[in-house]
Amino acid sequence: MLQIQKYYRAESLEQAYQELIKNRNNQIIAGMLWLKMQDRLIPCAIDLSQCQIDQIEETEHEFKIGAMCTLRQLETHASLNAFFDDILKKSVQDIVGVQFRNMATVGGSIYSRFGFSDLLCALLCLDCDVVCYKKGTIPLKEYIHQEYERDILTHVILHKKKVKTAFACVRKSSTDFSILNVSASLNQEKIRLCIGARPQKAEMLEFDPSLNLNQVMQEVEQHFSFWDNMRASQRYRKHLCKGLVSQVMNELKGAQE
Amino acid sequence: MKLNVIVNGQKISEEVAESTLLIDFLRNHGFYSVKRGCETSNCGLCTVLMDGKPVLSCSMLALKAEGHTITTLEGVEEQAKQFTQFMAEEGAEQCGYCSPGLIMNVIAMSQELTHPTQEEIKRYLAGNLCRCSGYMGQMRAIEKFLRKEQL
Repeated sequence: MLQIQKYYRAESLEQAYQELIKNRNNQIIAGMLWLKMQDRLIPCAIDLSQCQIDQIEETEHEFKIGAMCTLRQLETHASLNAFFDDILKKSVQDIVGVQFRNMATVGGSIYSRFGFSDLLCALLCLDCDVVCYKKGTIPLKEYIHQEYERDILTHVILHKKKVKTAFACVRKSSTDFSILNVSASLNQEKIRLCIGARPQKAEMLEFDPSLNLNQVMQEVEQHFSFWDNMRASQRYRKHLCKGLVSQVMNELKGAQE
Repeated sequence: MKLNVIVNGQKISEEVAESTLLIDFLRNHGFYSVKRGCETSNCGLCTVLMDGKPVLSCSMLALKAEGHTITTLEGVEEQAKQFTQFMAEEGAEQCGYCSPGLIMNVIAMSQELTHPTQEEIKRYLAGNLCRCSGYMGQMRAIEKFLRKEQL
């Protein structure tokens, strides 16, 4: 059971950060959905709800998504989804239910870099940066490999670079965790392909759009590893991967022609 | 820590323990329609509305509701009554255990989506599990209810 000794409603990111570094067990609680499943004691649970990082701001060059934005906000934001062919909506719409997505936050999913994160897989195929309070701006593709530092993820930035996108996943039942996630994006120079829920966190591969499907499959085989867990075996995931990769590649190809 | 919240139009200000979940706070105040089903944030039974948006009260700290408005089934009696009539007419319910959560989410949906398709209804309500039925009766009742609500 999750136990909280002190609840701290920070009014600024600085206040939140100061509280965070007081004790290594202090914790930003974000949506608290995964945390709640854990059996642990949190000396101080830090709530960022009042820190004004719960909006999606659109400018000429980017979408700036506050870490406390919910998955539902991403799903229902019209211009964000129109710009990226609905990939954000597609990646989160099967996550549990509307009630859950009204609580789960973008920051919670991305800071934690969960293996099962559908959103991480989708964002990774876009031109995406994360902004941390102390460390500043870091490209998402680097952030996924970094240590879990005592810092606060404040924003996710999506640069407005026009790409065609595709997303596919397999779930045993419609609202369950994904067994495998595949996302892809295409611009003039390259295709970016990401595979998540392997069950490890999503990883990315880039290649020339002229590669045919067999060549892409060879690249995928060399680049990505798959493992067993209680949801699916390594062998099953490898098998599924071929189907999903060919599905997203066909979708991109359709857009290319 | 002090919590100030409005539940079904009634202001409540009181000290709550930090770990208190919203569901327990509500039940302690006699709102017994709010129930635990799975406790793993999956079944939707504990659904309440926070500022009109459906959330899972089993997975939210009561203190997170500070300054917000919470609505439970007890606060939407008239609408709930209309909906349950459609449910009864369609013979949709068997044990009825999942009803409070479903009703709250149907009400939230009727406020958020205008003339949703069956597919949109299914997506919106996918987080409300019923283990007796195949959702067919519910779907008929929901469509009739929405037609009446959204004339």
